[in-house]
Amino acid sequence: MAAQRANMQNVSLGAHYVVHLPAPDDFAFWRERARGLIQCDVPPDRVSWVEPGGTSDLFAVEGPSRGEKRLPVPEKDARPVRASKRFMKLARNAALHSDPERFGLLYRMLWRLQSNHRAMEDKADTDVRRIEELDKSVRRDSHKMHAFVRFREIESEDGEHYVAWFEPDHHIVRANASFFMRRFANMNWSILTPRGCIHWDGETMRESGPAQRSDAPEGDPVEDLWKSYYASIFNPARLKVGAMLAEMPKKYWKNMPEAELIPGLIAGAQAREAGMVAAGMREERQRPASLADIGKAIADCGDCPIAECGTRAVMGEGPVGAPLMIVGEQPGDQEDVVGRAFVGPAGQLLDKYLERAGIDRSSAYVTNAVKHFKYVQRGKRRVHQTPQAKEIDTCRWWLEAEREIIKPRVILALGASAARGLIGKTVSISKARGTPIPLEGGAELWVTSHPSYLLRLDGEAQEKQAALFAADLFAVRERLAQQMA
Amino acid sequence: MPQHTLRQKLEILADAAKYDASCASSGTAKKNSLGGKGVGSTEGMGICHAYAPDGRCISLLKVLLTNHCIFDCHYCINRKSSNVRRARFTPQEVADLTINFYKRNYIEGLFLSSGIVKSSNHTMEQMVECAQILREEYDFRGYIHLKTIPEADPQLIHQAGLYADRVSINVELPTRQGLNRLAPDKDERQIESALAKTKSRIIEAKDERKRFKHAPRFAPAGQSTQMIVGADNASDADIVGKASKLYGAFGLRRVYYSAFSPIPDASAVLPLKRPPLMREHRLYQSDWLMRFYGYAPGEVAQATDAHGNLPLDIDPKLAWALKFRGSFPVDVNRGSKEQLLRVPGLGTTAVGRILAARRHRTLRLDDVAKLTQSIAKVRPFLVALDWRPTMLTDRADLRTLLAPKQEQLELF
Repeated sequence: MAAQRANMQNVSLGAHYVVHLPAPDDFAFWRERARGLIQCDVPPDRVSWVEPGGTSDLFAVEGPSRGEKRLPVPEKDARPVRASKRFMKLARNAALHSDPERFGLLYRMLWRLQSNHRAMEDKADTDVRRIEELDKSVRRDSHKMHAFVRFREIESEDGEHYVAWFEPDHHIVRANASFFMRRFANMNWSILTPRGCIHWDGETMRESGPAQRSDAPEGDPVEDLWKSYYASIFNPARLKVGAMLAEMPKKYWKNMPEAELIPGLIAGAQAREAGMVAAGMREERQRPASLADIGKAIADCGDCPIAECGTRAVMGEGPVGAPLMIVGEQPGDQEDVVGRAFVGPAGQLLDKYLERAGIDRSSAYVTNAVKHFKYVQRGKRRVHQTPQAKEIDTCRWWLEAEREIIKPRVILALGASAARGLIGKTVSISKARGTPIPLEGGAELWVTSHPSYLLRLDGEAQEKQAALFAADLFAVRERLAQQMA
Repeated sequence: MPQHTLRQKLEILADAAKYDASCASSGTAKKNSLGGKGVGSTEGMGICHAYAPDGRCISLLKVLLTNHCIFDCHYCINRKSSNVRRARFTPQEVADLTINFYKRNYIEGLFLSSGIVKSSNHTMEQMVECAQILREEYDFRGYIHLKTIPEADPQLIHQAGLYADRVSINVELPTRQGLNRLAPDKDERQIESALAKTKSRIIEAKDERKRFKHAPRFAPAGQSTQMIVGADNASDADIVGKASKLYGAFGLRRVYYSAFSPIPDASAVLPLKRPPLMREHRLYQSDWLMRFYGYAPGEVAQATDAHGNLPLDIDPKLAWALKFRGSFPVDVNRGSKEQLLRVPGLGTTAVGRILAARRHRTLRLDDVAKLTQSIAKVRPFLVALDWRPTMLTDRADLRTLLAPKQEQLELF
């Protein structure tokens, strides 16, 4: 009580005090003055805080001595002022906000903390919430400064110099100098802002007054590369403009070189996405539900370049529910003429070997991995061309549809193209033959060579391959018998 | 092959990298360029230097060393049988590009991935060389993320981890069947053994640093992985189950989900439609529930429908709350932290604020409104001093009350 009475001698009753801050971000100065005022028991409603260029409130201006009352001096033995660490951390940051009320708010909170040390914990309190809001927007502004400052390189007498122009919302420039120093310690750089500038030469930090945009350099050749990168990393199929704007509001755009691309990227996105889907050739379309539907649909299929050969689509044939599905590569010249699978020389050879192995062709479903005949015209002859991996993969969609309807237990792939149509990768026949490959959905795949391969060989090689082919067919027959039993 | 300029190469190889979801630059060891000769710093929090119109953050220079590839994965634009433009950077070119971008404050660092050329080892060597140039020649102290190749020599993966802040290996698809069908050259066992090896190296390196101050760091930002959503028929329950298994078994920092987006020159076995972005979002939300809200994977699965998929119109936390209404309402003044975390609309921050504030006052609904984003959403699940949601939690149409409103279409 004695100390308080002593303080009162310094404080004129009912007087209003004005504190002029030397700089809008001078937290240390505020702290010093606030400490003295609290020790002199000056309540928050009797202090105004004025930053450079600002005006104090009505009381001060109309006061007898134009409000410039000298601040009271606390007694030597005045009670120390206390504040929680949490308050200090928040206050130091919130003081950088551009809200002119901030120092008064912080003083009021500090005042209240003297009687309730834990007042900061009450998150539902209006002052606490406001300080947290200030702190949050300053942190956001600092974070955006770290993110959106864009340096441009200029040549100066002491080598490379990097200069940026940035427009912060709050008084954050000086407080963030150390971030850029740690990051670009061995670079000469300057950040120019309307709230003051900072310069680093690799050893010392220098400050200077406010700058204008025209003080900063105009361009940098690397910006073109950066813009190319920005445009390329954007995925037009995922357009989410709202999400971008939430994190990169338009106010920052004018100082970011890549931002000038944004309107064009957004405008072109839907067309690009549609293009991607169209280039992939297929709309989301329903799989045909019956063999007849597939037959009709493939006749009009133009999903791959083979359609340009102008040949007819050759549909597979055989009973639904056949235990065995035999898949060849693609229809040949005669198959295209007749419109049925495996009727040419290779088909006749296949029939011979099937009969020898004891497999009834009519109870199997026979089809091809690719539905159209691909050829080049040589004189009068149409010469077979092996389909490309991409063409097989495109046609795989139809083959899968057939498989789904037939539901075979065993599939025999004749040749590497047929195998690719079923498992999506190219295998070597010599390695894959003889052991079944389990497929999704429970069926198993046996791979052997294409009968036309046997037609092209002769002599010893032909005998050897024919034996292997026959052995593969026997193995499939055995497997079918096991499956039946 | 035509000679590409640096800019053309960048266009091709950045375009090819855009299907990778991760661009994180957070959670690594603190370092800065003071006392060094180069540039770069990492201070824990990642920084997004720009946002693309797809709403994704651009934090790192995300490129492929090359998009030539000997693999033939159907979902990938760079697969062998795709006919995209191909290009190839030298390790030096990527390192120079990284430094030039970094000095202008465009990026936090590099995320380098690659198609597989010649062999897995050759490719991995080139990627490691690029990181080595950055770290040793340029004394670069920013962030480096290397996508390692599971088939490569473990010694190379080890070197990658010494230079990189983070390493990752993609598990690609949530089920083995999916992987076999769509990525026929990849092998689940090989991927998982590489993840396991990296995990044990990260632990070893941490252990060594406890004992020896100068022991080398190994991937201080840990390892992550990516799964593609919507390319195969795995359900959300499958995906969440796989993710929790991965978090548990391999100590992953993050599992990224990438909605499969149509790629130019797509393989015919894939669905070509708009990427399921909302589904991806719901999966991330369920990921958060497991990592920060104390939900077990089984509990997330309880929020799914008969097909094992999460509802798209409401978030998984609300879906869970609607299914288990017996756990609500929670008294905001007495409920435990765990109970409050289960209230739809209350995040970890709001719960922290409620716990702090209720030591000072008994909370009314108005107070809760000040502490949370939206009172309307949390009201049906909370009891406050002056509020009790009588009947509300029992209403049959609670879901319609809380789900976002359908937009009325106008005559065109």
